[in-house]
Amino acid sequence: MVQRKRRLGRGVAMVGAGMSPFGIRPDVTNRELFAEAFLDMGNSVDRGFDPKEIESLYVGNCGAEMWESQSVMGALCADAVGLTPCPARKIEDACASSSVAVRDGIMGIASGMYDIVLVGGTEKMSILPTNWTTMALACGSDTTYESSAGFTFPGLYASMATAHMQKYGTTHDDLLRVAIKNHSNGVLNPKAHFPKTIKDVMNMRIAQAEKKGKPIPGWADEMEFLHDPRYNPVIAWPNTLFDCCPITDGAACILLVAEEIAKNFTDNPLYIIGSGQASGHNLHDRDTLTSVPAAKIAAQQAYEMAGISPWDIKIAEVHDCFTIAEVMAIADLGFFKEGKEAATAAGEGKTARDGVKPINVSGGLKCKGHPVGATGAAQIVEIFQQMRGEAGPRQITNMDINLTLTHNIGAHGTTAVVQIYERR
Amino acid sequence: MKDIPFTIASFENFLKEKKLMASKCNRCNALWLPPRPICIECNSDELEWVELNGKGKLVAFTVIGVGPIPMIEAGYDRDNPYCAGIVEVEEGPRISAQIMGVDVAHPENIKIGTNLTADFVERGSWHFVEELAKERKTYLAFRV
Repeated sequence: MVQRKRRLGRGVAMVGAGMSPFGIRPDVTNRELFAEAFLDMGNSVDRGFDPKEIESLYVGNCGAEMWESQSVMGALCADAVGLTPCPARKIEDACASSSVAVRDGIMGIASGMYDIVLVGGTEKMSILPTNWTTMALACGSDTTYESSAGFTFPGLYASMATAHMQKYGTTHDDLLRVAIKNHSNGVLNPKAHFPKTIKDVMNMRIAQAEKKGKPIPGWADEMEFLHDPRYNPVIAWPNTLFDCCPITDGAACILLVAEEIAKNFTDNPLYIIGSGQASGHNLHDRDTLTSVPAAKIAAQQAYEMAGISPWDIKIAEVHDCFTIAEVMAIADLGFFKEGKEAATAAGEGKTARDGVKPINVSGGLKCKGHPVGATGAAQIVEIFQQMRGEAGPRQITNMDINLTLTHNIGAHGTTAVVQIYERR
Repeated sequence: MKDIPFTIASFENFLKEKKLMASKCNRCNALWLPPRPICIECNSDELEWVELNGKGKLVAFTVIGVGPIPMIEAGYDRDNPYCAGIVEVEEGPRISAQIMGVDVAHPENIKIGTNLTADFVERGSWHFVEELAKERKTYLAFRV
């Protein structure tokens, strides 16, 4: 692909962002989850807004056809939140669906076609039994050549992990420290699927054993707990249960407006100053197995459009569907060097809340949950709250969070979206 | 051979005959496995079928206990996991395949770089619709 420098035709601002609680939500469907996100978003718009003024709706959704036997999620969500007859569409790019929806909404405004659009995503996943959800997710890889070889999603990322271990000497403990870090972050997030530290989970298991009169496991710390296959079984070696994000229901959305009208909605709009997107080959067709080429390209586009470098970014929400994915993400984004430096960043505290580059302060996909079609929008909800000082107990206070980034991967890197946000 | 289209169905028919076939670009000599009808190096559609020698080496792998339904139906589960991997064939390209004959009980003993030979296994098809999933197909595998 020929890379040309691109600018937005006009500025685009975020004036509201919200999400449903993430988790297993047996009593609600996709459109109802989206309505929850819409109401939460509405509460975040300082001067309010009239839904009738929303001119277009972009809904990310990966697989309601498979999980709910339901297509046309755009029109259904428009109806559910009172936007009909505004144009609405469902956008699917696996786990990057809602980031692509956000980007398409940005282009709707930047082109001059619209002034006010709603972007977001929703996914209801907990309906199907695990084996069918495994099938539904694996439809995001190449079912002819990858899934048919036996690859599942945890398996594809596990293969990247084995390649990373072989090339850089990365250890499974390096990866588990990403999970420990993201759970430490997510415990502060009331909307997270599992707002517990891994130490909390360990202590719960000990308490359960005590209650049942079983032998009390003698783990010295959470790492020993994670090494116990009875409590942290292998899903796809070397990925164990705690290397994997959960199967989650949830929705998120953001109100985007043209820059020149942003102050009608709030005194504190945030501006999207960089946006990049790229596609990638099947894993076996890539030149590298230890990096996601599409993410590097998307990041380069976003940095160039924003005119900034990785060092300028204060915090980032990155795609940690599996622990190895965060290790690759923070290298592909240029925050840390690919290999040992990126692999040990979590263990050394560099990506912790008080580290040099806090990563996934929301808890990430790992702890907050990963309703695939909603994840990209939910990353932006965290960024929105952090940049405006509205993140409550999660608020990062030791720096001026004026520049942030989101990194969202579709499938195993066949889509990547990187976006950069500024508070002026 | 000249008249056989460069389709997935053709590739699968070759697998049924225990042949591992790739498509080779007659303009730039790029070799495509899985085969492609368009050379994505030079955009030529002048390709020909070539048979590969079936030798390769392991470049990445995983051992899976929680598999997709066709693998569950083939008898794999937590107590009987299988290995899936990426294989670089001797002629250059890489492909995904089930890896047979490795120590799945001890994945830490499986070595990247292990030499492998193409093998052909029969399983049910990948499909959400039960009737279509029943169709038996020959899939590419590699064996130590």
